[in-house]
Parts: sequence; C-alpha cells; structure tokens
Amino acid sequence: MTTYYTREHEWIAVEGDVATVGITDYAQSQLGDIVFVEVPSAGTQVAKGKEAAVVESVKAASDIYAPVSGEIVEGNAALEGDPALANTAPEGEGWFFKLTLSDTSELEGLMDETAYKAFVDGL
Amino acid sequence: MSDEDVPEIIEALPLDSWHRTLGGRMVPFAGYHMPIQYDGIMAEHLWTRENAGLFDVSHMGQLTLSGADADAALETILPGDIKGLGEGKMRYSLLLAQDGGILDDLMVTRLPAANPFEEEAGDFYVVVNGATKWDDIGYLHEQLPEGLNLNHRGDQALLALQGPKAVDALARLAPGVAELSFMEAGAFTIAGVSAWVSRSGYTGEDGFEISIPQDSAEAVAEALLAMPEVKPIGLGARDSLRLEAGLPLYGHDLNETIDPATAALGFAVPKRRRAEGGFPGAERTIGYFKDGPPTKRVGLTVEGRQPVREGATIYDGDQAIGTITSGGHAPSLQAPIAMGYVNTDRSALGTALEIEVRGKRIAATVTAMPFVPQRYFRKGAK
Repeated sequence: MTTYYTREHEWIAVEGDVATVGITDYAQSQLGDIVFVEVPSAGTQVAKGKEAAVVESVKAASDIYAPVSGEIVEGNAALEGDPALANTAPEGEGWFFKLTLSDTSELEGLMDETAYKAFVDGL
Repeated sequence: MSDEDVPEIIEALPLDSWHRTLGGRMVPFAGYHMPIQYDGIMAEHLWTRENAGLFDVSHMGQLTLSGADADAALETILPGDIKGLGEGKMRYSLLLAQDGGILDDLMVTRLPAANPFEEEAGDFYVVVNGATKWDDIGYLHEQLPEGLNLNHRGDQALLALQGPKAVDALARLAPGVAELSFMEAGAFTIAGVSAWVSRSGYTGEDGFEISIPQDSAEAVAEALLAMPEVKPIGLGARDSLRLEAGLPLYGHDLNETIDPATAALGFAVPKRRRAEGGFPGAERTIGYFKDGPPTKRVGLTVEGRQPVREGATIYDGDQAIGTITSGGHAPSLQAPIAMGYVNTDRSALGTALEIEVRGKRIAATVTAMPFVPQRYFRKGAK
C-alpha cells in the first residue's frame, strides 16, 4: 500500500486499483472541531480536483476534493454517527471514502509523506 | 490600480502579542487581528458555560457623550428609554437610520459622578460594534445637535469576562463587583488599574465587561487569567455562545434594511417611545409592532447533525419564505441551531419549515429563543 498527499491536505492510500481517501492530521487541526461530514455514496463518479465530500466544523463548511478520478465504492458510514472521528483519527478510522481509480497516472503529481511533511512545515 | 488592489490594513490590538503567546489563532476581523480560538471552539464554548471565559473585545468602539440634554438628543436616534436611565444603569439600544433601518446595536450607560472617563454625572458611555464604529461616529456627529461633546475613547481596551464563575474570579480582584446587578456598571480598581466595569455581555451568561486603558490591558488580562476559573476564549466561541443565547449579531442578523420590529427586538422599544414616537422611522416601526411586520426574526432548531449556515434559503413547501442569517452547531445542545427571517405568517412557534443546504432539504422548526436559558444576575431574583 502506498500513501500519497495533496496540497489540499487530503491523503490517499492506494492498494491495487482501490484507494482510501481522508483528510490529514494537519487539515483536521486547522478545521477545528468537526461536527458533520457529508461523504459521497457508492456509485458516485468523482473527478480529480473536484468536490467529493463536505466537512463542517463548528464554524464553517469546507469542501473536500477528490485527489484522483474514479468511482466511489464506499463512503465511511461511521462518520455519520461520530463526525469527531475526523478529528481523533483523521488518517485512520476517520477516512472519508474509498474509490476505484479510473486513471492511475493521476497519482504521479501527488506528494509522498516526506514531501508533504516538508510542504506543511513551510506553511 | 483598482480598489481590489488596495491591501486592507489590518491593525494590531493592544493584546495582540499576548494572544499569540497564549496560542491564539489570529484572523482578520473588523479591521483587526483577533483570536478566533485557542484550544478549540467547542472546549472554549463549554468552558465559558461552566466556568469563566475571558474575551478581548477591544475592537469595539467606546464613546462618551456629554453636554446638556444628551439624553433627549440620544432619543432622537435611538428608540430606547434613555431619559429614564438612572446613573450607573445601562440599556441595549439601536442606532437607527432616518427610515428606521438599524445602523448598529449598542449599549448605552448613564455615567455616575465616579467614572474613569472624567465625564460629569449624567453623561453617557456608549459601546458600539467594531466594524461599524467609524460610520457610527460620523452619523452621531451629523445627527446630534451642536453643543454636545462626542469622544471616541480609542485609548481604552475592552475585556469581557463571561460565565457562571466570572463573578467569583472578578470579585477577588475587584471587591464589590458582586453587588452589581445585570445591566449596572461602576468604577472599580483591578490590579491597580482604574476600570469601568459593567455587569453585561453577549453570551447569555452572567458576566462583566471591563474597560481599561490600553497600556494596562495586559496587566489586567494577566490578573484575570491567573484566576483558576478563567481561560482565554476566542471569537469563534463568542459567536456560538451568542447564537445559543438568541442574541442577534450586527452585520449578520441585523443591518440597515431591518427595523426594530422586524428584528423582533420589542424590548428595545419601550411603551413610552412607541406612544410618543420621535425616533427615525418611528411611524413604520410602531405600525409594525402593532400589526406585525411582513417578515420577522425567528429561531430554528434543525433536525439531524448537519449545520445550516448564513445565506441558506428557508422553504415552506415549494415557496422560499426566508433566509438564514446565523447558523451553526450549538456545543451546549450538540445540535444545529439557526436564526433567520421568515414571512411573519410562518413565524409562529412550532411551525415546520425546511432549509436548503447544498441542494438538500433539511427539516427545521421555529423555536423560542434563547436556545439555552440566559443566566443574567438580577438582585433579589432566584
């Protein structure tokens, strides 16, 4: 499994042609207390860089973008009952959705963990 | 160079570096860098409801008004009972445009002889919103008669200490503040600093607002923060607290197109003023109070967990009947709540409505405000 990161602070863990997507620990710390997450349902087509989910903190709503194009196979139902999972386990149980990649070459421009860490340190 | 190219000047308030040292996340607000949060909005909100939260509200405008018949002059632009205001007593009021539209909401206090502003007994201390203060000052200069003296107290900082334990914390530093009742104010000394303290605030809790010279602000803030009940609280929690308390926020729930009746602020326009009129837009506003305005500010409880935000449209079936002006998650209730304007015939408590969020309809019910009971301290009240 390989994990990639975007400049919009999503992570994408790829295993074969299925990927799991969530927000990074940095993103959750910037958003603050998360009170609602709207995840896409299975069968939804998402496009790289386009809105795929919405996360609402106490203060505001923020769009979450699809890091790659593909078809959603599962939205994380656990977030519905416990949106705070996105704060407490953003890179684990608080994942947002899984999708099947339609074009693996889209992964090429994404950062690895070291590059993402350097990117965040520079913010 | 177009207007958009002109960088907005964001100023630093006297406690700027103090907030940063405490880990406050600073954001631009009303022309100043202000702390939006320290530990997190949820924790800060709940701390204030249970203990005491210290807010820096130095962006707000502090004014004094002196001169003969200042009360009568104020009544020509405010719809409140200013003439009947005793020394050391304060009221919430509204600065009205000539058509009755609300230019700002504010707090007016009649000063006693003992006050740190070196004003005479009977003069006034007025606190206005930060984003509107320069317009307010201009309008007041334009509307008030000659002979009155309006001073912007730009050298004063303003702190708010809010929550059920605010009185315990402040009384240790300023003996006697516990004797103040809600909406009373007086001169006190805190950590050796001459302070003007009012028992008021905008969170729905018991608490105080404390005006002190800017160069002493840090010393007073430090003395308050040294109390075990007190934590610093950011603007984020201030907003969620006032929303739970059902209090409108200028620039969101109130603006120059809204009159006092539409804003459902009947308590700010007492019987005498409704009978006598003599304030801007009186005829229209008094008529609205009598017969009901076409639209009205209401509170809404929202089903599910998804917050609804300012700008969302309110529906009754297929018909758009209003707009949300404040909305979010209520930390004390662990549920979404909102405030907005709807057609008056759909404003009765219990009316079932819908709010559209990102193309989806969410069920909501018109609900009495405050959403969380207010806990103001009134002498003799249990």
